[in-house]
Amino acid sequence: MDDIRLLIDFGSTFTKVVAVDLDKEEVVAAARVPSTVESDITVGLGEALRKIEESAGPGDLKENEALACSSAAGGLRMVCAGFVPELTSKAANLAALGAGAKVIGCYSYKLTQPEIQEIEAVAPDIVLLSGGTDGGDEEVIVHNAAMLSRTGRTVTNIIIAGNKAAYDEIRAIFKDNSKNMLYTKNVMPEIGVLDVAPCNREIRELFMRNIIEAKGIARAKAVIKDVIMPTPAAVLEAAKLIADGCDGAQGFGELIVIDVGGATTDVHSIAHGKPARADTIMAGLPEPYEKRTVEGDLGLKYNLDRLQEMVKGREAPSGFNAIVRGFHEGKLPRTEDEKACHRLLSCLTVEVAMSRHAGRIEVVYGPAGEKLVQYGKDLTGVKTVIGTGGPIIFSGSCREIMEHALFREENPFNLKPKNPRFYVDEQYILYAVGLLSQVKPRKALSLAMKYLKPI
Amino acid sequence: MKKVPTIITGTVGMDAHVIGTKVISRALKDAGFNVVALGMQVSPEEFISVAQETNADAILMTSLYGMAELDLREFNEKRMEAGLGDMLLYIGGNLVIGRYDPGEVEPRFKKLGFDRVYPPETDIVEVIESDLKEDLKARGKM
Repeated sequence: MDDIRLLIDFGSTFTKVVAVDLDKEEVVAAARVPSTVESDITVGLGEALRKIEESAGPGDLKENEALACSSAAGGLRMVCAGFVPELTSKAANLAALGAGAKVIGCYSYKLTQPEIQEIEAVAPDIVLLSGGTDGGDEEVIVHNAAMLSRTGRTVTNIIIAGNKAAYDEIRAIFKDNSKNMLYTKNVMPEIGVLDVAPCNREIRELFMRNIIEAKGIARAKAVIKDVIMPTPAAVLEAAKLIADGCDGAQGFGELIVIDVGGATTDVHSIAHGKPARADTIMAGLPEPYEKRTVEGDLGLKYNLDRLQEMVKGREAPSGFNAIVRGFHEGKLPRTEDEKACHRLLSCLTVEVAMSRHAGRIEVVYGPAGEKLVQYGKDLTGVKTVIGTGGPIIFSGSCREIMEHALFREENPFNLKPKNPRFYVDEQYILYAVGLLSQVKPRKALSLAMKYLKPI
Repeated sequence: MKKVPTIITGTVGMDAHVIGTKVISRALKDAGFNVVALGMQVSPEEFISVAQETNADAILMTSLYGMAELDLREFNEKRMEAGLGDMLLYIGGNLVIGRYDPGEVEPRFKKLGFDRVYPPETDIVEVIESDLKEDLKARGKM
């Protein structure tokens, strides 16, 4: 009897299921149904599972061993607060993004009353509080803890990941407070050191214990084994596995994954990003080997004037403005012109998202001549770029869209990949690879290698 | 018992000299301080950000290529804005190109916010024992 595993993504719009035969290392069935998280998530899930049974044929699908990820009900929504913007605020932001969260607010310095009201208004799933190196500044994090302790019921979960010397005082502030408090290691324990892994673990556990419960997603546990991470975290796990390989099986080496979604574009880079030249000076907070950034949907986020600016000099289809206005109203691309517009927007989104994710170089002039200062990761030498997400996979022009991630001579200071091989996640299974990597990494890697299509 | 003072060291601006700041960092560690050594080519902004996050008690800046004044223009204003108005600031090395005239050079750097300004060939151990410890004690940091 073949070992079949189900891997599920409770997405924001669709519930997707993939059935994988672990012995044959094949995808045997896939299904996609509209999400029913608003009423009862198991309804949509049941429908998807029935479709899988129809395709895969009779046999034990082992639903109770199925693993899932989720971005339903708004995804994992987090607010970060730190001290100095380029230091602990950025470290907290990186920690949240690396855990697969959607960062809906990022604050620095002492929180003000209006900022607290903003935080209450967005009702985050988790507030992540950092600030001060260990043994460093306590004032800001303690002030912010006190402000947060007085928020209402819309702020429930708070993770403290800052100066450990302030923890006793913070615990005292939250004594007898009904908020769910978690204390973990400082995301920036020392200058020049980023330590987000402990914080990531806390976020993931909190997600599995409390957050999926609050969003009605935990009901799925009656049918499947567990919902173990937010969907973007599953894609990041897949990226890590494909890059690093596992137990004797080699990976692709350093790589970038670009995931163009309905509402956002995520970029994941698994790369050290060391400078190309030995005499380059590194500045700013060191960025993590596994880095994720998120860009809002350009089509929906930017107003038309801004888009017009970006589109100048490129061939925009006729009626561009009207078509984009249509997208704003929720229309999906149907005509040739609409599809061309959508492709153009995807191209621009990939370009902007990659530009923002990649590090940059500044030339400074000193008495010894030119010196290069690098912020972030140098991705010019990365040899693999993988595209995923509906707008890339179903576009009919994957390569054209993904080439917008390339380094450009006109802007040599933006350290994007120069000469990578491109692949597309044609079967839309990266999230499944990420989920499977948690229990069967070798098999997950084989699947990825099999189904990633070079383009 | 008072906490161990935190001292930030580094070579400011585009200066790539590193030996001076290493010697200073070593001497400070040997004297029992908590040292955050930023190395070379440290921007004024970075000194400020690091001082904020680490709640530092003093910054000992080095400059050997004679262009410190250029690197540090507006430094005093920036550090005030950052709430570091009473941060203890020292600078030393080769602060000017050409002959060093203390009567000429010191006031210029004190205007940039420095509490003490040192000429070339200063003995760091002496500075630590006679000036730094005194200044920190006077501010209740030791």
